[in-house]
Amino acid sequence: MSATLLEINGLRKAYPGVVANDDVSFSVGESEVHALLGENGAGKSTLVKMVYGLVRPDEGQMSFAGRTYAPGSPHEARRTGIAMVFQHFSLFEALDVAENVALGMETPPPMHELANNIREVSETYGLPLDPGRLVGELSAGERQRVEIIRCLLQDPKLLIMDEPTSVLTPQEVDILFETLRKLQTEGTSILYISHKLEEIRALCDGATILRLGKVTGTCDPREKSARELAELMVGTELATPAVRDHELGDVALALNKLSVASTNPFGTTLKDLSLEVRKGEVLGIGGVAGNGQDELLVALSGEVLSDPGAVRMHGEAIGGFGPNQRRAMGLLAAPEERLGHAAAPDMSLVENAALSGWVRLGIVNRGFIDWGKARGYAEAVIKEFDVRTPGSGNAARSLSGGNLQKFVIGREIMQKPEVLVVNQPTWGVDASAAASIRQALLDLAAEGAAVVVISQDLDELMEISTRFAALNEGRLSEPRDAAGLTIDEIGLMLGGAHGMEVAHV
Amino acid sequence: MIRLEKRPTPSQVWSWATPLVAVLATMVAGGVLFAFLGKNPVEVIRTIFWDPILGEFAFYYRGQLLVKAGPLILIAIGLSLGFRAGIWNIGAEGQYIMGAIFGAAVGLAFYPMEARWLIFPLMIIAGAFGGFIWAMIPGILRTRFNTNEILVSLLLVYVAEQILAWAALSALRNPEGAGFPGSRNLKQYASAANEELIVGWGMHWGVVAAFIAVIFAYILLSRHILGLNIRLAGEAPRAARFAGVNPERLVLLCLGISGGLAGLAGLFEVAGPAGQISIDFNVGYGFTAIIVAFLGRLHPIGILLAGLLMALTYIGGEAAQATLGLPAAAIQAFQGMLLFFLLAFDVLTNYRVRFGREVKA
Repeated sequence: MSATLLEINGLRKAYPGVVANDDVSFSVGESEVHALLGENGAGKSTLVKMVYGLVRPDEGQMSFAGRTYAPGSPHEARRTGIAMVFQHFSLFEALDVAENVALGMETPPPMHELANNIREVSETYGLPLDPGRLVGELSAGERQRVEIIRCLLQDPKLLIMDEPTSVLTPQEVDILFETLRKLQTEGTSILYISHKLEEIRALCDGATILRLGKVTGTCDPREKSARELAELMVGTELATPAVRDHELGDVALALNKLSVASTNPFGTTLKDLSLEVRKGEVLGIGGVAGNGQDELLVALSGEVLSDPGAVRMHGEAIGGFGPNQRRAMGLLAAPEERLGHAAAPDMSLVENAALSGWVRLGIVNRGFIDWGKARGYAEAVIKEFDVRTPGSGNAARSLSGGNLQKFVIGREIMQKPEVLVVNQPTWGVDASAAASIRQALLDLAAEGAAVVVISQDLDELMEISTRFAALNEGRLSEPRDAAGLTIDEIGLMLGGAHGMEVAHV
Repeated sequence: MIRLEKRPTPSQVWSWATPLVAVLATMVAGGVLFAFLGKNPVEVIRTIFWDPILGEFAFYYRGQLLVKAGPLILIAIGLSLGFRAGIWNIGAEGQYIMGAIFGAAVGLAFYPMEARWLIFPLMIIAGAFGGFIWAMIPGILRTRFNTNEILVSLLLVYVAEQILAWAALSALRNPEGAGFPGSRNLKQYASAANEELIVGWGMHWGVVAAFIAVIFAYILLSRHILGLNIRLAGEAPRAARFAGVNPERLVLLCLGISGGLAGLAGLFEVAGPAGQISIDFNVGYGFTAIIVAFLGRLHPIGILLAGLLMALTYIGGEAAQATLGLPAAAIQAFQGMLLFFLLAFDVLTNYRVRFGREVKA
């Protein structure tokens, strides 16, 4: 075993009402890839924020390369040799790659020199990237490279990566892993946070598992199965979503050459989308972020209107119907962005329950809101979907990402939709909650609803989809039966090679 | 070192405490300002806040309180709906003027016919309509051409002032007024007068309308789906679209309501306390109402209280000008300070202030 680089001893951090971390100890060796595993709300984010100097621990010590380490700011952490790639990128779309990199550096060199440095690093580590391109034009994978290169230019001894693969295609994941392994052989340690257990088993040398703010185990992930790891992290046995056999019914939702121009200058325009979803079917729509997922969701939810005949539900043209008209017919949607789109951050869960639920649940009577009924519904969702919150009166923004996700998905599912469209239903949700959300989606389909799942998580799509299609630059591939599709075929569909296939037909 | 830490949930306590703290801070800073002007700060503050309610001449001032608070509250209630939805009507002053002109014009058109049951209600409708139309201009320009309603509504104030001057000098000028600018006095025309309902209280129909508006706004915001949609649109525009809110319709609705209420305030003023259309009819209620709306947390009950407080600074300010020789600008600076401190202390609702560096236990 090599020397210890980062040693954490008895860290504790409490927020009002919650102990985020309690007596957490572990260590990361030199040139070790160490995984940090845990459910949402287990305290992983708080922990790495303490390591990165964003949050100060209440108790406990850290040492880095043998010296006491108590960072007061990310600035100090970076000077010590720690860099971090966040789950959500902090990039400016209207600036180019080099400018974005310069903004995140302590002492940026002159621009032309920086551009050369970027090219050099990107070639050395196999991360192709042109420093002159606008970030707004980059794919999610390329944006992540910007963040990684920004870190690498600081020559860190420890690189922290928070859920790095959640936005990547399988091919991009491979490239990322090559890079990380290369860094490892050069002596850089990596602290790797992910929910994808297979990845951790493939990449990491050691793992620390957190549950409810405490360390519940340290192991070598290569010696455990993904299932064992998941159970360590959840503390109970994990249920694999069970696909119930059932007959498919009539076509519930049909798109016929749906074209919608994006209102956002960096958005994607939907071009000639056609598909049919039958009752009881789960249609999985894969694709790398930024290929029209958001636009497709709002076109289906009714936030953006289209040609009336382009969207049909039970044969009726509804392209010109707004969200509430569609809800009344039984077409519900759950957008990807939880805070600000699916839910209003500063409003209570009760108000957020009324937000999308009032049409179907009779919460509004002649314009007046029955808050008692709304509260009852919010509490039912909280209970059914195990949303962890002190109460339904709390603001949406006070919930952790995963808990809020459970709430907004549950809010739609419990309205008994006939057609449900969800975008990234388990984004940032822990393994057990993700499993229960998927199970709920499958149950909904088994009861005769048509379900459209837009997701970037291919494992998820393979697990629950009846049929699979891919979005690429605003175009949709021909849907194919999910059973029997290989990862390579899917990769090609995502990459847009399907266009040639269609041309042959 | 002072640090700001974001609160997970906005503080309820601070949300209500900031207006009070802001008022206190304004008194202190205002006192310093008055001291620099060579006045005794305690005496000035007492003249502004104490004398009008409990001083020797309070019987005179008390009536003035409702007269001033009525239009402020009525306008601020309308503005607050738009402000909550992120729709910034800054031109209530212009809508107030147009309401007065429309309402007065209808009343004067019937002169000297006596039929109060017909004329006064018609004037009310015309007043609201005048303000509504004036607010629809920025509304339609925004929904059609995506112009900025802040600029358009504000600039229309100056257009309204020109129309007011024209009305006072020619269109509505009193033919028996010996050539002086200004319309007939509506107070002396029984069918059109907005008289005091309880003598000595300053209670007229505009104050009644303000109280009704407070109650309606309260119910709208707390119980009605439209109120939820208004709040949603302001807090999370994308979530509002998701909830089926049509943003364009909401812009027109909020501007329409605030314009209509400002127009009503103008009508009640011209038919009551002011009595006539004159060149200097408007005294800035439309702008001060913006401060009232924010001081009242955009909450109807808060606006009611803030309107009364603001009216007090108006009356007290006038008293201070008359008895202590304080310049008018000092009073305006004083009112401005109130908004400044309010916005500054507002940070505490969403953030927690921490002093010094966090110490490890």
